[in-house]
Amino acid sequence: MRGKEMIFSLGLVLLLLCGSQACQRTSGDEDQKTLHYFTWSDYVGPELLAEFERRHGVKVVVDTFSSNEELLAKLQGGATGYDVTVPSDFMAAIMIQQGLVAELNPALLPNAATLEDHLQHLPFDPTQRYAVPYLWGTVGIGYDSAVISTPPDSWAVLWDSRYAGKISMLNDQREVFGAVLRSMGASMNTKDPALIEQAKTRLLAQKPLVKAYASDHYDQLLASGDVVLAHGWGGPVARAMRERPSIRYVVPKEGGTIWADCLVVLQSSPRKELAMQFINYLLEPQVAARTAERLLFASANKAARPFVPAPILENPAIYPPMELLPRLEWMTDVGETLRIYDRAWTELKMQ
Amino acid sequence: MKISVSVGRAPSWWLLGPGLVWMGLLFVVPLCLMFVISFAGRGTYGGIVWSFSLTNYLDLLHPLYARILGQSILLAAGTTLLCLTMGFPLAYYIARAAPRRQGIWLLLVMIPFWTNFLVRTYAWMFILRTEGLLNTVLLKLGVISSPSELLYSNTAVMIGLVYGYLPFMVLPLYVALERVDRTLVEAAWDLYATRWTVFRRIILPLAKPGVAAGCLLVFIPSLGAFLTPDLLGGARSMMIGNLIQHEFLVARDWPLGAAISCLLMLCVVGMMRWSLRAAKPLVPPESES
Repeated sequence: MRGKEMIFSLGLVLLLLCGSQACQRTSGDEDQKTLHYFTWSDYVGPELLAEFERRHGVKVVVDTFSSNEELLAKLQGGATGYDVTVPSDFMAAIMIQQGLVAELNPALLPNAATLEDHLQHLPFDPTQRYAVPYLWGTVGIGYDSAVISTPPDSWAVLWDSRYAGKISMLNDQREVFGAVLRSMGASMNTKDPALIEQAKTRLLAQKPLVKAYASDHYDQLLASGDVVLAHGWGGPVARAMRERPSIRYVVPKEGGTIWADCLVVLQSSPRKELAMQFINYLLEPQVAARTAERLLFASANKAARPFVPAPILENPAIYPPMELLPRLEWMTDVGETLRIYDRAWTELKMQ
Repeated sequence: MKISVSVGRAPSWWLLGPGLVWMGLLFVVPLCLMFVISFAGRGTYGGIVWSFSLTNYLDLLHPLYARILGQSILLAAGTTLLCLTMGFPLAYYIARAAPRRQGIWLLLVMIPFWTNFLVRTYAWMFILRTEGLLNTVLLKLGVISSPSELLYSNTAVMIGLVYGYLPFMVLPLYVALERVDRTLVEAAWDLYATRWTVFRRIILPLAKPGVAAGCLLVFIPSLGAFLTPDLLGGARSMMIGNLIQHEFLVARDWPLGAAISCLLMLCVVGMMRWSLRAAKPLVPPESES
C-alpha cells in the first residue's frame, strides 16, 4: 500500500508540474550596466547582442512577449525594469497615448536619420519623438504557384471554391476583417457597423472553404501542402518558400495592411541613455541588415539595403516593392467599435 | 479494508498555515478581484474603468454566448464520456494486476506528462494532418484511398482532449477500484451473480467516488480548454476557454472576460454539487469503520 501511495502522489506532483506553466522573469541586478530588452521571442540574434555588450561593456537581458496585447497588459500591470521594447505600430500609438513611452533624444540616434521615407512621420508619432520603426512589412496572400497557375491579384481568390479546404486565414479579427473590408473597397479601420456586418456575411460565406484560422503556424501549413492559399504576414511566407520553392507572395490589388514594429524607450526606464544607444545600435546598417536576413522582415533603415543579400531584397514577401505603398493602410485603434468587431468575430467562429 | 486509522491527539492547527496562506493570496484574492472587475467597464485603450454596471452580464444574455457555452459543455461531456469508457477497463485491469506490475502500468499512464502539453499537441498536428503520419500509414496499407481531413475538426479536438485528460480519469478510478474488496466480488460469484450484475451491483457502486472524481478532473479542464481547440481545431470554432482568452488577451476587454469567467465558474460549481451528491457510494461503507 505504501509504495502505491507513493507512486500515486508522485503522479499527482507530476500532473501539477505539467499543468502549471510558470512564467519566470529574469530578475537581473538593477545595475546601470544592465539593459533590459523586452521583445518578441527570437527577435534578435544573440551574436548581435554580444557585440553590443562588448562595445559598451554592459549586459543585455532579454525577456520576451508573444503578443502586443500581452506587452500592454504587462506594462499596464505595473511591470517595471524594462528599458527598451518593440510594440507594433498600433500598439506604439496606444503606449504613447498612455504615457508609457519616453521622449527620444535625436542626438543619440544618428542612425534613425536614414529611415525609409514612408516610415518617417508616421500618423501616430508625427514629430518622431517617441518611436523608431525597426522592422516592417505587409499582410497579403502566400500561395503555391504549382497549384494556382494564374497568379492571384485579388482578395477574391480566398473565396474561390476550387481551393475549398486549402485556405488558411490569420486567427486575428482585425486582420481578417481588414482583408475583407479592403476587398469591399472600404477602410480596414472602419467604424461603420453596417460595413462590419457586411464583412461578416462575406466571411461566413467563406468559412466552409477555410481549413484553419492560424497565426502561428501557417508557414508550416503552406510548406507541407496542407493549404495552398494563406492569408498572412510576409515573413513566415518567405520561410515557407525555403521548404517549398513554388510558394509565392502577393499583396492584392485592393490593398492590405502595412505594419512596422517600433523601438521605444519606456518611461519607467532608469537607463534611458543606454537604451537609446541600444536602439541606435539595432538600426546600424550592418546590424539591421543581419536582422532582416535572420527574421525575413524588412529593416526600416534605408541605409541597410546595400548590406542585405539580393534574394532577400528582391523577395516581395520580405521587402515590399515600393509601388505597393499607395495601396497599403496602417491599422489604427477603433476604440469602442472593437466590441462590434469582437461580436462579429465570435459569431463567425460559432457558425 | 486495509485502511489504518490514526488515533491520537488532533494535529496542530499550524499545519494548515502554508497551504492556507498560499491559497488565500494566490487563489482567493485574484478570484475576488476578478469578480469585482466583472462589474467594471472597459477603458478606450483596454484599461479598467471603475464604474459599477451590469453591462457585461447583460451582454452575455446574447444567444451567441449560450451557444458557445452549450457547445463547450457538449464537447467536454463527450470527452469525459470517452475517457470514462476507455479509462474504466484500463483502471480495472491495473487495479487487478499483480502489485509490482501496477506501479509499472501507472508509470506508463503518466509518461506523456514528461513532455510539455504544447509539444504533445504539436505532435498530434503532425500525426493528423493531410500529409501526416496517420494518413501516410493508412494510405500505404490501403485502408483509405484518399487522405482523410482529420486535422482542424471537432473530431481532432476531441482526440486531443481525450488524449490529454485520460490519465486524470485513470488515476482516481484506479484508487477507487484498487480498494474494492475482492471478497465482495467473490461472494457475488458464489451467489450466482452474472458478470453484468457483479459489475453493476458491486464494482460500480463501490467505484462511484472514483468515477465522480475522474469525471470532474476531466470535465472541468476540458470545459476551459483553449489550446487544443486552437491548434487541433484550427480555431474554426470557439470553446468558452477560447472566448475568455480572446477577451483578455486579444480584445483587451478584461471586464467582459471576467464576467464570462464568473459565469463559467458558476456552471462548474453547480455541476460539482450535483456530481458530489451523485458520488456518495450506494453501499454504506461499514467496512471502513
